[in-house]
Amino acid sequence: MTQNRPWIPYLLILPSVAFLALLFVVPLVQTIWLALSDNGAPSLANAERMVTDINFTRSVRNTFLLTIVVVPVQIAIALAMGTMVAKVGRGRETILWIWTIPLGISDLAAGLVWLSILQNTGYFNSLLFSLGVIGRQASWLSYQTPVALFIAIAVAEIWRGTAIVMVIIVAGLNQVPKEFKEAAEIFGAGPWTRFWRITLPLIRPALQSALILRTVLAFEVFAVVYALGGRNFPVLVGEAYNWQNQNQNYSVAAVYAVLIMIISLAATLIYLKALKVDPERLP
Amino acid sequence: MSTETMSATETASRPASFASSRRWLLWSGIAALCAWVLVPIYLVALGALGGRQGVYIWPKTGLPTGISLEPFILFLKTEGVVQSFLNSLGAAGITVALSILLGAPAGYALARYDFRGKDSYRLLVLLTRAFPLAILALPLTVSFIRLGLYDTIIGVGLIHTVLALPFAALVTQGIFLGVPKELEEAAWVFGCTRVQAFFKVVAPLALPGIVATAVFAFVISWNEVFAASVLTVRNRTLTAYLLTVLSESPMHYRFAGGLMLILPSVVFIFAVRRYLFAIWGISSK
Repeated sequence: MTQNRPWIPYLLILPSVAFLALLFVVPLVQTIWLALSDNGAPSLANAERMVTDINFTRSVRNTFLLTIVVVPVQIAIALAMGTMVAKVGRGRETILWIWTIPLGISDLAAGLVWLSILQNTGYFNSLLFSLGVIGRQASWLSYQTPVALFIAIAVAEIWRGTAIVMVIIVAGLNQVPKEFKEAAEIFGAGPWTRFWRITLPLIRPALQSALILRTVLAFEVFAVVYALGGRNFPVLVGEAYNWQNQNQNYSVAAVYAVLIMIISLAATLIYLKALKVDPERLP
Repeated sequence: MSTETMSATETASRPASFASSRRWLLWSGIAALCAWVLVPIYLVALGALGGRQGVYIWPKTGLPTGISLEPFILFLKTEGVVQSFLNSLGAAGITVALSILLGAPAGYALARYDFRGKDSYRLLVLLTRAFPLAILALPLTVSFIRLGLYDTIIGVGLIHTVLALPFAALVTQGIFLGVPKELEEAAWVFGCTRVQAFFKVVAPLALPGIVATAVFAFVISWNEVFAASVLTVRNRTLTAYLLTVLSESPMHYRFAGGLMLILPSVVFIFAVRRYLFAIWGISSK
């Protein structure tokens, strides 16, 4: 069907290629140039300025810590959700809808939601107070309580970001043929063995894309942090935002952008290598 | 939910106590996770409808006492709120239109044709996923100022399309793959041109999926904070507006803003709930 007019597919993809070239590839190159140049000549001055900034080390550490804590918890909760919902007949649709609601919620909104719970006169303190755990209002989100603030941000991120992992994993679980499980059951594999030996390897492609997506997003964490802790908890994207908007220094902001891109790309490559998906073994 | 009917059929086949306790465990796990999602939304809604006094009630009960729509309406009347809401709608509208107009043809090409460069194109699309795309708004500030796109809704819509377009191309590919080729070929046999066959046969069958894709593009744009904040000063979207006034707003305004961000997306996710898993099954391949 393509012989007589081979240009048709090219015509169809051309608009999107042109668009992505203009607004993805060009800004990408611009960012890298902006980051690695000073007054039109290649230079590492901006990078130096970023590294020597007082917030740099903290923002790197905070972003990595958040990612390392948040992503595995999200995967674990999503797997639990997927396994539970697979056992449900009626009501499945409703449960899945409720669990996917956070998918439509922005990180800013998630931060504001948890602010309402964790602020000084919020519901969390009220609960602790009525249980007799605390005598007066405790504050969790100030710079004097960095650990509590970290946990608060992690909880808000887990609350919001688990939905997307769950959707990808449930979509993956749906593609696992029933026969595999039944066969394993006949050969005497218990539920735990079935999960680790059958289900998990079979949903590896889904796990891989969920991990890549969530990790890239986790390194971009910004608004949720800002809503909960203001500038008490520096993260990489937050620093890029401050350099751009407050300090009006586009070059240092660009170095942050390049750093975030390098980290994201590295994480993606690691996942692609570590969870190599063999197309022959897919169900 | 139908706990009783389920456990009734279950107990008929298995030893009663074991099966029912497992059922009970399953359903309490499910209920706990549902509460984990829903209760925070309920609480922020209470905060948004409780007004200034509501914030300082101590200790809080979590019961809907002393709430009214008035504080929320007051929030809506604050200068800039309605305008930023409309700006958000505008940017999301542009994102939806562009990502479908540019993405759906590409999806169709990927689904129906074999051509050289197909793999490279797919790679380009997948590559965008490994990048924190919103960050690209940083250098665009300069070019957008030059082009007169800085601080405009069109500019924000353009960068949001970069986020939504790769997604739209991949998902529409899956949708078009789901429309049998034979139907399209039959239309050609009966004398339709390619274009006619597409609009009379393929498009109606693909429409629900495309609408679902459009809704996702909308949600992507609606929720985006970083690029929108960097690229606007006066014509802010709702997220950008809330982010910039955050530190000087009273608590109940922040909660009202949060609720206002949440409501439309929840409605939209509800509207496309049937397609969620099909779409992510496709786009995560």
